[in-house]
Amino acid sequence: MSREQERVSKRVQELKPSGIRKFFELIIGRDDVISLGVGEPDFAVPWRIREEIIYALEKGITSYTSNFGLKELREAIAEYYRKFGVECSAESVLITTGVSEGVDIALRAILNEGEAVLVPEPCYVSYAPLSSLAGGEVVAIPTTPDFKLSYELIDEYAKETKPKAIVINYPNNPTGVSYSKKELEEIADAAIEHDMIVISDEIYAELSYTFKHISIASLNGMEERAIILNGFSKAFAMTGLRIGYAIAPADILEGMLKIHQYCMLCAPVTAQIGALEALRNGEDELEEMRAEYIRRRNFFVKRVGKVLDVKMPDGAFYAFPSIESTGLSSEEFAERLLFEKNVAVVPGNAFGECGEGYIRCAYAVSMEKLREAVDRIVEFVEEL
Amino acid sequence: MDNEKTLEILRILEDNARLSSEEISEMTGYTPKEIDEIVKKAEERGIILKYKTLVDWEKAGEEIVYAVIDVRVTLTREKNYDDIAKRIAKFPEVHAVRLVSGDYDFQVVVKGKSLKEVAFFVAEKISTIPEVLTTVTHFVLRSYKEEGVLLFKDEEDRRLAIVP
Repeated sequence: MSREQERVSKRVQELKPSGIRKFFELIIGRDDVISLGVGEPDFAVPWRIREEIIYALEKGITSYTSNFGLKELREAIAEYYRKFGVECSAESVLITTGVSEGVDIALRAILNEGEAVLVPEPCYVSYAPLSSLAGGEVVAIPTTPDFKLSYELIDEYAKETKPKAIVINYPNNPTGVSYSKKELEEIADAAIEHDMIVISDEIYAELSYTFKHISIASLNGMEERAIILNGFSKAFAMTGLRIGYAIAPADILEGMLKIHQYCMLCAPVTAQIGALEALRNGEDELEEMRAEYIRRRNFFVKRVGKVLDVKMPDGAFYAFPSIESTGLSSEEFAERLLFEKNVAVVPGNAFGECGEGYIRCAYAVSMEKLREAVDRIVEFVEEL
Repeated sequence: MDNEKTLEILRILEDNARLSSEEISEMTGYTPKEIDEIVKKAEERGIILKYKTLVDWEKAGEEIVYAVIDVRVTLTREKNYDDIAKRIAKFPEVHAVRLVSGDYDFQVVVKGKSLKEVAFFVAEKISTIPEVLTTVTHFVLRSYKEEGVLLFKDEEDRRLAIVP
């Protein structure tokens, strides 16, 4: 082991590099790639929100805010979350620098060394590494082939490992799966049965098409054990502004705040101003984007469904087709599709081992580009 | 007629009238036959007025002059707003006629090949209508947005090719 390696902590050395990162390197420098590999809206921040931010800068609003975030924004979020069935006050809301920070400080706030965390996979890439960094033991729950959690599935894994928490994400990145109230009740029952905290990443809540999104925190007995994480990146196309929030029981929120005040101090004030405008006046733009995503989803599934097995996503802007019928591995498929047809998708195994045999396709691109990309995918599969 | 379906199809067609029923079917999940029927009904009922192409004539090298004319009129028992508006609207040079609130009554958009042509049209055909009191002509120097479409190069997609 070289000196350089020794200087980096064991914990970090043991982290697996992100599968997405590796694929990203392959794409750099290639022209004319149509990318379905992008986990962010193809819309820019709605203009009214940008105007509000510009105006705030002109007025000189550039200082720190309270560690918790702007009071008006916390109030607006508490009011807004009624939409998803949750009654809470501004005191339960902490403004974070995106959901990414929310995941990190939630895990760090609750985990002791060696405590288990259930991570249903395929899932967003950060849950497992951030759990490890917080000292937790990651227990992956494979959810293939229907990508859904059930009471039995959670129970099976929780019995053995006595987990402190479970991280759920719905509508899900990368599968697009979401849950009805009845299905959520099963998850809640399992969480109560095994006395787990539920970290619920609801960043795609507004992009829910099959079900009206309901927060798991609104279910009986969950108020005291659910940490809601959400933000403005997806619903309001504000990815680069890095603005999110956590809604959590008082003791946990206090713990999260402790970490947040030392590592982040507060979320960027300009982004907080933009977020407030998004909640006050962003509904129309949101509806337009939603309607457009639904059209693209239908279009993608219909066309790609002719050559690959693909489940109709309930939400978010991802489809997760199976490529098993092609006989290729996820990485082979993605690499060859990139090199032969100039279309970028993400190999499913980047989202957990059980994602092998799938690819993630983000339909957050214009209809014109999506049509072209889909035609190339169909052509590619047919030529195999 | 299923109103929600009709509205969804109209929204899609308003953005791109060249989509085929098959493509709209793929986007909405409605059958092509259903879509054809809804479109036909919308055409018959005058909900869909026309399918047009939005052209940037300046880019095409064609000189076209637009002017926005504020027209103030006086009403009589015999002539109301509708009567006067129809009289103005029938000229082929007239691109749009709108009754508006504010300092004047009609906003008329006139299209012509030159400033002179437009100016003379206003002087000879609009100002001479007996009910017209005054006209103010504003020539359009540059257009930035038409029919909801930006005529300048918008921001490019700056996203990275792969992000989680």
